[in-house]
Amino acid sequence: MARKSYRQAINEALRQEMRRDSKVIVIGEDVAGGQGASGETGGVGGVFGVTGGLYKEFGPERVIDTPISESAIIGAASGAALTGMRPVAEIMFVDFVGVCFDQIYNQAAKFRYMFGGKAKTPMVIRTMIGAGFRAGAQHSQTLHPLFTMIPGLKVVMPSNAYDAKGLLINAIRDDDPVIFMESKVLYDTEMEVPDEAYRIAFGEANIAREGKDLTFVAFGPMVPRALAVAEVLAKDGVSVEVIDPRTTSPLDEDAILDSVGKTGRLVVIDESPPRCSLAADVAAMVASKGFRSLKAPIGQVTCPHTPVPFAPNLEDEFLPNPRRIEEAARAALSWR
Amino acid sequence: MQLSRDDLKRAYRGMSTIRAFEERVDKEFALGNIPGFAHVYLGQEASGIGVCFDLSDEDQIGSTHRGHGHCIAKGCDVKGMMLEIMGKAGGLCGGKGGSMHIADMSKGMLGANAIVGGSPPIAVGAALTQKLLKTGKVAVAFSGDGASNQGTTFEALNMAVVLGVPAIFAFENNGYGEHTAASYAVGAPSIAERAKSFGMPAEVVDGSDFFAVHDAMGRALERGRAGEGPYALEIVCSRFLGHFVGDPQAYRLPEELAQARANDPLARFRTKVTEASLLDDADLNAIDAEVLAQIEEAVALAIAAPRPDLSTLEQDVYVRY
Repeated sequence: MARKSYRQAINEALRQEMRRDSKVIVIGEDVAGGQGASGETGGVGGVFGVTGGLYKEFGPERVIDTPISESAIIGAASGAALTGMRPVAEIMFVDFVGVCFDQIYNQAAKFRYMFGGKAKTPMVIRTMIGAGFRAGAQHSQTLHPLFTMIPGLKVVMPSNAYDAKGLLINAIRDDDPVIFMESKVLYDTEMEVPDEAYRIAFGEANIAREGKDLTFVAFGPMVPRALAVAEVLAKDGVSVEVIDPRTTSPLDEDAILDSVGKTGRLVVIDESPPRCSLAADVAAMVASKGFRSLKAPIGQVTCPHTPVPFAPNLEDEFLPNPRRIEEAARAALSWR
Repeated sequence: MQLSRDDLKRAYRGMSTIRAFEERVDKEFALGNIPGFAHVYLGQEASGIGVCFDLSDEDQIGSTHRGHGHCIAKGCDVKGMMLEIMGKAGGLCGGKGGSMHIADMSKGMLGANAIVGGSPPIAVGAALTQKLLKTGKVAVAFSGDGASNQGTTFEALNMAVVLGVPAIFAFENNGYGEHTAASYAVGAPSIAERAKSFGMPAEVVDGSDFFAVHDAMGRALERGRAGEGPYALEIVCSRFLGHFVGDPQAYRLPEELAQARANDPLARFRTKVTEASLLDDADLNAIDAEVLAQIEEAVALAIAAPRPDLSTLEQDVYVRY
């Protein structure tokens, strides 16, 4: 075991799965890079280097650079999946999903049900999410609620390198379409990651920190933020439990309800605008199924109902930041 | 390509099956036995049969909202189809798909598709599988003239050339995208010219002539099976009826509708093979009679069949969740 970054963990998962199963292919824009150019081919490995080196090992038939044609990328991946391959397609930034959403939600997500259970579509769509990169309104969104509401899709939001590897391997071996949302602000975060392949099942939350006074449920890049605030509150003698559901579809409702059953107080931290967010979804679920446990109104810390702003100070305020998370926590704790 | 008597009978049986099936769908829809929408393939029979005639179950097709003919041409069971269209248990998709979503993976039928332009990218993916697994098989994307204007189709045409996959784009130009004429909505001089501009061979074919479609498809298949890349056919055909069953078609003059009927692909096939003494009227009439009985049986079965059990409502959303 060695320390690896979130980026390296994802790369290792892809590499190990491609070695294990020749049906696994990677397809997307610049996943190799340099095709048709005068210099080196395969040296780019994606805009953030996540697929780096795969072209060199697996060649052009399995690391397929495409035109900038997201509908064709997702359509090709779903058609290939339907006919026996296990494609891992890449939509560079999740913001680009607007130009190919039909191929995801009307096609890939529906094949199995619409065709009476006689088809399977084992594909993964890797995509990059999140603000905090000063990338502006069209390269910074999170959009996981859009996918979570679609029956037929599974939605994964790894919050650390260990989970990223295990969840991606599980996604590639899964027989349904999986949206794998990589947080661009976490690519350089490091931790101990086993060298061998391992799977993390979907729908099984990670209790990232145990506590008894208050529950935080946080998704993807909000998990490290929730943990940091929990550490601050611990100094005041407040014991916070941090639940990382890891996947928004399926959602580990039991882990959340069990935790709220213990603490009686819940704050959901979600990097999406407030309406129809995972924060609202989890809050509604707990209000419906865990009402008797609640000692305080459920707190929701989300982005405001705005596009992602560019200026660094505006973007920092836009994101659920430590101050806003702590305020919500103290508000929940103030109810007696 | 020289076709044997048995081949000719098979071709005619296919067209006759589509004709009888669709005429019956039209009738059963009017009787209220078919929920929702239905789009029939009457007048386009030579296209589906001509394109699929030499395809195996391992060759794949993606289809359109007007997909019944493609399903029959690709070998889907007509009983399973009729059950599906009527929303009954035992349908090819368990009654969860309906007219616009019939699929049968075992026949290489990757689904009718209710999104115009939905199939071409998927067919490129199926063709990518064929290429990567070195099967020597192809994938066909049926699309209408309407889908030829979709961005997904443009992306698929380009991607097929870039990746060099054995995709065959069968554009059935029946003159209308819903209720708007292709002459208005297709900006290019022809769909074939447009496909050529993406870098693949393309030709315009008389879609009411089975033999012309079959020959052109032979050229497309030869290229695909040899691993030389994609091909496009613009199959010019006539839609006898409206966009959907029940469309009064006030936007088409009676003369145009009469002309479409006068160019009936089944009649043209009959004239051609009987004048050449390859088959006689008795052969063809016998096929028509057999087919009618088969469709009658399918309809009776479907009408009598129960609806899908309510317990199936939440089944098969996922392989596992």
